Amino acid sequence: MLTKRIIPCLDVDRGRVVKGVSFVDIRDAGDPAELAALYDREGADELVFLDITASSDSRGIMIDIVKQVSEQVFIPLTVGGGVRSVEDVRGLLEAGADKVSLNTAAVRNPSLVAEASAHFGCQCIVVALDAKRVEERGAPSNGVDASLALDEGSTWEVYTHGGRRPTGIDAVRWASRAVDLGAGELLVTSMDTDGQQAGYDLDLLRAVSEAVTTPVIASGGAGEMEHLYEAATAGKADAILAASIFHFGKIRIGEVKEYLARRGLPVRMAN
Amino acid sequence: MCYDVRVSLNDKYVAIVDYQAGNLRSVQKALERFGARAVVTSDRDRIGAADAMVFPGQGANDSSMRHLRALGLVEPIREFVHSGRPFMGVCLGLQLLLEGSDEGVEPGLGLLEGWVRRLPPGCKTPHMGWNRVSFRQDHPVFEGVRDGSYFYFVHSYYADPEDKALVAGETTYGVEFCSALGWGNVAAVQFHPEKSGEAGLTLYKNFVKLVERGA
Repeated sequence: MLTKRIIPCLDVDRGRVVKGVSFVDIRDAGDPAELAALYDREGADELVFLDITASSDSRGIMIDIVKQVSEQVFIPLTVGGGVRSVEDVRGLLEAGADKVSLNTAAVRNPSLVAEASAHFGCQCIVVALDAKRVEERGAPSNGVDASLALDEGSTWEVYTHGGRRPTGIDAVRWASRAVDLGAGELLVTSMDTDGQQAGYDLDLLRAVSEAVTTPVIASGGAGEMEHLYEAATAGKADAILAASIFHFGKIRIGEVKEYLARRGLPVRMAN
Repeated sequence: MCYDVRVSLNDKYVAIVDYQAGNLRSVQKALERFGARAVVTSDRDRIGAADAMVFPGQGANDSSMRHLRALGLVEPIREFVHSGRPFMGVCLGLQLLLEGSDEGVEPGLGLLEGWVRRLPPGCKTPHMGWNRVSFRQDHPVFEGVRDGSYFYFVHSYYADPEDKALVAGETTYGVEFCSALGWGNVAAVQFHPEKSGEAGLTLYKNFVKLVERGA
């Protein structure tokens, strides 16, 4: 039986792993390669590296990190943050990444998803989307595809640029479109719950998971083990990502897996 | 393209076939971890002269077969398999051994009778993540791997060989499918052993042993 994947996310800023609370207040929490090896030993099913600097300088640093990690760690690596072109995707894959995640660039230029997927296969293209519950529905933004624009039925809006910029795009419909374009997987982050450690946005996860035929990774809000269980059950997520709870040692990956197994979910136990 | 990272005292090397199918660095690193000299190459002579071959693969049936044909690698790979030297196919590198695929119109390498089928509807695709392999027969490449071990999968199609005696391992995802094949000098797996932690590395360790022995 296919197991639920537990994925630690490492936010990388200028070569160091950091994690903010609600996208601000960033704290330094370690060396990427060391942390990756530690998580592998503890039974992580996959690793996500997010380049939060995402400048042209940091691209080179990220490629070095991916090379270093992929020499030591033999589990899947996903890398994202500031990926803008097919060439960016190629550079990361050649360095040893298995999947590359696209966020802002995918919204701005959806054909990039199609192009990257056609070049490298859908299995290595992840579309990451940051969604926030709609508070007030303003006039539709200029240039938004009418079939994606927020309407009466919309509950969540897509944000880009690290969660700073609203787009006027309905998150669930964008998720479906991304899969149609060729995304092999979706990484869904709730900006409302991210960093709050009070649980994932289960309604968002379920809505996206039911709308698409590809795997969905839940992100944003883990504070305790129960939250990961909820994301996989009520949220129907195929994989569950968390950052701070793992980096600061609040919860160990092995503990989470034992807990999920006790509650009847299929998980891969470390050897 | 041909690059060679490790310098080894003996001349033996494993050719990793480069036909724009991704994930080659991890395969190379896994082989090097056990002391093998691993050469990523699309050069037919280099491939033909290798002591062993890893035939990786990712992406689509048709574009992959077209790349192989454009590089002139179809015959060298077929000859290599028939030569008896150690051969390991990974992911699409397993599927392409068969005659053809639901995924496209290009025929496969035809080294094995059978067809590649789409995973049944109702399952999320790709089948992505860690799943168990039940081993059905012994092959030196799978030696020491515990039955029911978890491996990392990413695929939407699966191989359905005619000769079930060649099936070395099976996995369930909507359907029970062939996740490992083994006969003679050939081992092929649907999962990615270079992405499957310790269990996966065991396959590379066994494979390198076969190369050293000159099997």
